[in-house]
Amino acid sequence: MHTTLKLALRSLWNRRTTAVLTVSAIAISVALLLSVQLLRTAARESFANTVSGVDLIVGARSGPLNLLLYSVFRVGDATANVSWASYQKIAHHPDVAWTIPISLGDSHRGFRVMGTDASYFEHYRFAGGRALKFSTGAPFADLYDAVLGSDVAKTLGYRVGDAIIVAHGLGNVSFAEHKDKPFRVAGILAPTGTPVDRTVHVSLQAITAIHIDWQTGMQAPEHYRVSAEQARSRDLTPATITAFLVGMRSRVMTFTMQRAINEYRQEPLLAVLPGIALSQLWELVGVADSALAVIAAFVVLAGLLGMLTAILTSLNERRREMAILRSVGARPGHIFSLLVLEAGILALVGVIGGTLLTYCLLFAGRPLLEHQFGIFVQVHALSGWEWSILAAIIASALLLSLLPAFRAYRNTLSDGLQMRV
Amino acid sequence: MSAAAIDLQNVEFSWPSGARVLAIPQLTIQPRERVFLHGPSGSGKSTLLGIVGGIFQPQAGHVHVLGTSLTRLSGAARDRFRGEQIGFIFQMFNLIPYLSVLENVLLPLGFSAGRAQRMGGADAPAEAKRLLSSLGLSEAGVSQRRVTDLSVGQQQRVAAARALIGRPPILVADEPTSSLDAQIQADFLRLLMTECMSHGTTLLFVSHDLTMAPKFDRTIRIRDINRAAAPTF
Repeated sequence: MHTTLKLALRSLWNRRTTAVLTVSAIAISVALLLSVQLLRTAARESFANTVSGVDLIVGARSGPLNLLLYSVFRVGDATANVSWASYQKIAHHPDVAWTIPISLGDSHRGFRVMGTDASYFEHYRFAGGRALKFSTGAPFADLYDAVLGSDVAKTLGYRVGDAIIVAHGLGNVSFAEHKDKPFRVAGILAPTGTPVDRTVHVSLQAITAIHIDWQTGMQAPEHYRVSAEQARSRDLTPATITAFLVGMRSRVMTFTMQRAINEYRQEPLLAVLPGIALSQLWELVGVADSALAVIAAFVVLAGLLGMLTAILTSLNERRREMAILRSVGARPGHIFSLLVLEAGILALVGVIGGTLLTYCLLFAGRPLLEHQFGIFVQVHALSGWEWSILAAIIASALLLSLLPAFRAYRNTLSDGLQMRV
Repeated sequence: MSAAAIDLQNVEFSWPSGARVLAIPQLTIQPRERVFLHGPSGSGKSTLLGIVGGIFQPQAGHVHVLGTSLTRLSGAARDRFRGEQIGFIFQMFNLIPYLSVLENVLLPLGFSAGRAQRMGGADAPAEAKRLLSSLGLSEAGVSQRRVTDLSVGQQQRVAAARALIGRPPILVADEPTSSLDAQIQADFLRLLMTECMSHGTTLLFVSHDLTMAPKFDRTIRIRDINRAAAPTF
């Protein structure tokens, strides 16, 4: 075994150009497969981390996915609102520990504006229980204060104290703006890797205030308008909100409360469990990433077939080498194991190289992933599943090498001690 | 009486295509004998060496080497037997190009425990260097050189050292000198003979060049022993 291993290494070194190319092909394909695998895990975690510690999400009756998408991911729109009265009733139920109201519908230069209250900064959790933190400033104190997500501040270059104008409706370019009631940036949140980063937060009262003189998407004529200062003295209790998040005093009560809300008589409401809704949504999104994994697996197969080709091609020019080995006492079994070993070494080096490459890419690409896609990639050691993938790649290489090994074995038997050219 | 080094009785060998290449009623070579086997190319010499080495199995007859019946051994056992008992030198391209001179010489020891044992615990690299220098490759650093940097004559000496390491009782040389010029040929033969004599090695030397025959104990013409030998043109 020792002699065969040494021969395999020396022989590969002798053909190092081909060997390096083969190893590179395997390494690149392994890196692709591992990256896809790690990104899948990271994306899934990131996805599941969007909201945590919330027991129920409540909105007007639509579908669970729709509710999850607009309340947590800020995607799509609500079809109806929740009345303030119903919200108050549920919020004050003895089993309810806290609620976070959400009022959507306006935007600022492509970023959504969300009306909420102080409980948001207190109770909202993401990524397994992390609380929101301010990188600068503080929660809103004045009516016209806004708190920006980190992406909003970074992309638009805002600092605390800057004035911003909220546009009516959604979209990048808006012709209807709440120009008469500008906001002041009161605080900027630390990055979370969730849709929070891309949200402009204001108080519920501010949402009411900027719409106080609006009717069906249009501002009232000049002489009916209410100025920013006049609005302060009005009753700014909202008539409706878009949705709200609920934290229960005891988890045990969650299902009872969910049923109670879904059967609420005064208004058609829908309460969903965030965990279940998230996994339903992931099933939908996950198809694409499974397809990606299948493609990556095929790339690995292509890499291994490249190795097989390289070994098979080398066999003919190595017939003499095999005959010499036979004449000095190598048995056909030695020749067989020599070729299996060579394939094993190529695959092993390829797999190690691919793993190193993956981690290098991961370290280099982490900031980009975080900024562009809001995916936090936690660089951790390979999981059991990833180890078994790597082992499977090496096993496949050994399996494939049986073909050239058997060929060499047969050549060896027919060539005898001298190769007849 | 001690067993013959090589003993063939009524051996017949044909290729799978049906062409009969060997039909040898009898061939006996005694231990320590140095035999010159003469024959033109295509007369079945290499096939005969394959049979002696246990690579090919004859369809009929008995082959005994050092008292062991090769025809009764399994393929793996014949391989092991060859590795232990017989050293081979061929006409050209004897060496593994990606190993150094020393590594080439030591190669048989890696495959055959028997050869390593026979050296009785002697330092293998030292023994390899001794063989190389007694075969005229004594210059410093030669053992670390790449074999592809050596002349053909030097390569054949390395091949001889490799065939002799671990003192196999039998040495088979198949046209080892035919690619060498006359002076180097004579040197090579002299060194090989000396080495075989000092260790009591049985030598089976094959060549088509009869001028070397007088240096051997006995000359056998393959035409005389092989009834299947094709007529030469």
